[in-house]
Amino acid sequence: MNFFFEVLIGGLLSGVMYALVALGFVMIYKASGVFNFAQGAMVYLAALSVVGCMEKGAPLWLAIILAFAIMTAFGIATEKFVLRKLVNQPPIALFMATIGLAFFIEGVAPMVFGSEPRALELGIVDEPIPWVLDNWNMVISKFDLVAAGVAAVLVATLALFFQYTRIGRALRAVADDHQAALSIGIPLQNIWAIVWGVAGFVALVAGMMWGARNGVQFALTFTALKALPVLILGGFTSVPGAIVGGLIIGASEKLAEIYIPPVMQDWFGGNFGGIEGWFPYVLALLFLLVRPEGLFGEKHIDRV
Amino acid sequence: MIKKFKPAIAAAAVSMAMLSQFAMAAEEQFFPLIDYRVGPYGSNGQAFYGGFIDYLNYVNLKEKGVNGVQMTYEECETEYNNAKGVECYERLKSKAAKSAGPLHTMSTGISYALIDKSAQDKLPLAMMGYGRTDAVDGSVFPYAFPLVTTYQMQASAIVKFLKDKNGGSLAGKKIVYLYHDSAYGKEAIVALNAEASLNKFEMVQIPVAHPGNEQGAQWLKIRQEKPDFVIFWGWGVMNQTALKAAQKVAFPREKMIGSWWTGSEEDVVPAGDAAKGYMAATWNVAGKQVPVIADIEKVVYGAGKGNLQDKAKIGTILYNRGVSAAVLSVEAIRKGQEKYGKGKALTGEQTRWALENLNINDARLKVLGATDLLPEIKTSCDNHEGSGKVKIQQWDGAKWVPVSGWIEGNKGLIHPLFQASAKQYAKEKGITPRDCSKEK
Repeated sequence: MNFFFEVLIGGLLSGVMYALVALGFVMIYKASGVFNFAQGAMVYLAALSVVGCMEKGAPLWLAIILAFAIMTAFGIATEKFVLRKLVNQPPIALFMATIGLAFFIEGVAPMVFGSEPRALELGIVDEPIPWVLDNWNMVISKFDLVAAGVAAVLVATLALFFQYTRIGRALRAVADDHQAALSIGIPLQNIWAIVWGVAGFVALVAGMMWGARNGVQFALTFTALKALPVLILGGFTSVPGAIVGGLIIGASEKLAEIYIPPVMQDWFGGNFGGIEGWFPYVLALLFLLVRPEGLFGEKHIDRV
Repeated sequence: MIKKFKPAIAAAAVSMAMLSQFAMAAEEQFFPLIDYRVGPYGSNGQAFYGGFIDYLNYVNLKEKGVNGVQMTYEECETEYNNAKGVECYERLKSKAAKSAGPLHTMSTGISYALIDKSAQDKLPLAMMGYGRTDAVDGSVFPYAFPLVTTYQMQASAIVKFLKDKNGGSLAGKKIVYLYHDSAYGKEAIVALNAEASLNKFEMVQIPVAHPGNEQGAQWLKIRQEKPDFVIFWGWGVMNQTALKAAQKVAFPREKMIGSWWTGSEEDVVPAGDAAKGYMAATWNVAGKQVPVIADIEKVVYGAGKGNLQDKAKIGTILYNRGVSAAVLSVEAIRKGQEKYGKGKALTGEQTRWALENLNINDARLKVLGATDLLPEIKTSCDNHEGSGKVKIQQWDGAKWVPVSGWIEGNKGLIHPLFQASAKQYAKEKGITPRDCSKEK
C-alpha cells in the first residue's frame, strides 16, 4: 500500500509539470480560440533564452528577465506579422500559422543560442526529502514539490487575471467572438499581443522547470505531447481544468505503468511496459466520448 | 620543319603536362556524408561529423591525401529523419558512382532504409555501433558493415565487466534493463537473455516510451525491485531524465551502466551532479591526450581549415568518435589502393572489398597516432564487425575517465545469434549467401 501511495503522489506531482505546459495552450485558446501548435516550441525557446543569456554572462535573475523580454517581443511580433493578417479567418488558418511558427522557432532558436543540451541550475536539488524517506519509506522529490508550488501560484494569478481584470474580461470577450469584441471597441490587436506575451511568460515558467529537470534541449518541444491529453481532460478554456487534468493524467499514467503491464503479461505473455506514452491519450479519448468539452470546458450550444 | 613546329610542340607538351597534372590533382576519393547538424540531435552530429571531416582534411594537409589521392566530401542534412536520409542518398549516389568511401549515417533508422539500396548501387554502408547488427554476417550482407561493435556484443561486454567487478560471478544477482522502447532498445534483449541464462542472474526488463522525458514510474519500480545494477539503453533526452530520476529515488549512479549512445558529454552535462559516478560503454576514448587528436587541432585548425566553430568540442567523445570513424574509412582506402593501385581513387565496390579486409593492429594505430583511441580491428567476409570490444568509462563530473581496458563481448555466445538472424533474412529476401571460404 505504501508503494501505491508513493506512485500516486509521484504521479500527481508529475501531473503538475504537465499542467504547467497545458496552461500555455489554455491562455492562447481562451483568447483566440486557436490551438497553438507552437506552445512546445515556445517552452523550448524560453528555456534556451535563459541558458543562452546565462552563457553570455548574465546572472540567473537577469537571464530570466531578458528571457521574459524575448518572449514578450516574440509575442508582439507574432501578433504583428502573423496573426494580424489572419483576423476573421477560420480557426484552421490560425492553427496552420502556429504550425509554421513552431517550425520557425525550432529552426531559428538553436541557431541563435546553440543546439547542444545544457544544464539549468535553479538551486533546487531533485532528490528525495530525507524526513519522508526515513519515516515513511517514500520518495517525494523536493523539486517536484517546488514545481507544485510554482504551478499553484501561477494558476491563482492567471485565474484572478482572467476573472477580475479589465484585460482578462476583454480576453474572454475576444475568445468568444472576434467581430463582436471589435464592434464594442475592444482593441483586438493589443489583446492578442498581450495574450501571446502572457503565454510566453507561462512558457518561460514551464521551460525553466522542465529545463532544470531534464536539461535544456530540443526535446523540450516534446513536452507539448504531455499537455494534449491534459487539455482534452481539463478543457481547452479552463485554467483550473489544466491543473485538475494534469493531476488526473499524471496519477493515472503512473499507476497504469506500474499495475497494468504485469496483468497483461500474465494474460498474453511478452512485455507490455512503456505504456505511459499512449495510455493518457486513450484515457482522454474515452473521456472525450463522455464529455467532449472536458471537465471544466465551456459547453458549446448553438441556436437553431 | 621541326623548328617550324617547335613552338606548337612546346605548347602541346606544356598542355599535356598541365593536363596530366590536372588529372593527377583530379584524383579524388569522394565521401558522401549523409549527416545531421540541426534538429533534435543536431549537436551529436556536429561533433561526430566535425571530427570526421577534420580527419579527412588532416590527411590531405599532413600527407597530401592517400598516396596523392585527395579526400573530398559533400554533406547532406537529414535532421535525423529517415525520409530525408533516403533523399540525401539519392542526391549523392550519382556523385559516388565514380569513387566512394563508406557511407556513415549515424542513424539506425536511415541505415535500415538504405541497406538494400546501397547494396544494389554497390556503395558500402558503415554502421559503427548502430544499425542492422546481423550484418556482421557478410555472406548475407556484403555491403553493410556494423564495424567495431554491435549492440549485442556491447551488452555482452557490459555483463563481462560487471561480472569481473563482482569477483567473477553474477549468480543470484538482479539486473534491471531499462531501455528505450524501440527497435534500438530491444536489440540488446536477446544478448542479455542469453547472458542471464549463462551467468544465472535475474534480468528485469523495464521499457520507457519515447521520448523518455518522464520516467517517474519506471524508477519507482526500480526502487521496488532493488536491483544490484541497472543496464541502461537510452537515447536523447531519455538519458538525462534517467540520471535525474535515479537521483530522485536515491539509486547510486555508480551502479548504472549505459550503452555508447548514453555515454557522451551531451548525455551527462545537462544532468549536472546527478550524472557523477555514472558509467557507460564506449568504443573510443575522449580527450586530447590521443596524439592524432592533438595533431588535428594543431595542423588543421592551425591552417584555418577546421570544421568546427566551437573548438571546445575537440576531444569530446563524439568528436573523437568521428575521427575514429574517419581513421577506419581512410585506412580502408589505403588498403584498397594496395590491391587496386596506389594513387587511384576507389569505387564503392573496391572500398567494400577493403572494408572486408581491414587489419588495423596496435602497431598500425601507433603509426596513426591513434593508440587506444579505438580497439584493434580485423574484418573478414564472415565478420563485418571485426572487433566487438568496448571500454567502460565513468563520468567524474567534468570528464569521462576510462575504468577498464578493451573488453570483448562473448563472441561464441553472440555471433551465432547474428548468423541465425542473417540466415532468416536471406531466406525472406531470397538471397543466396556468399561462400566466405572463397572470398579473399
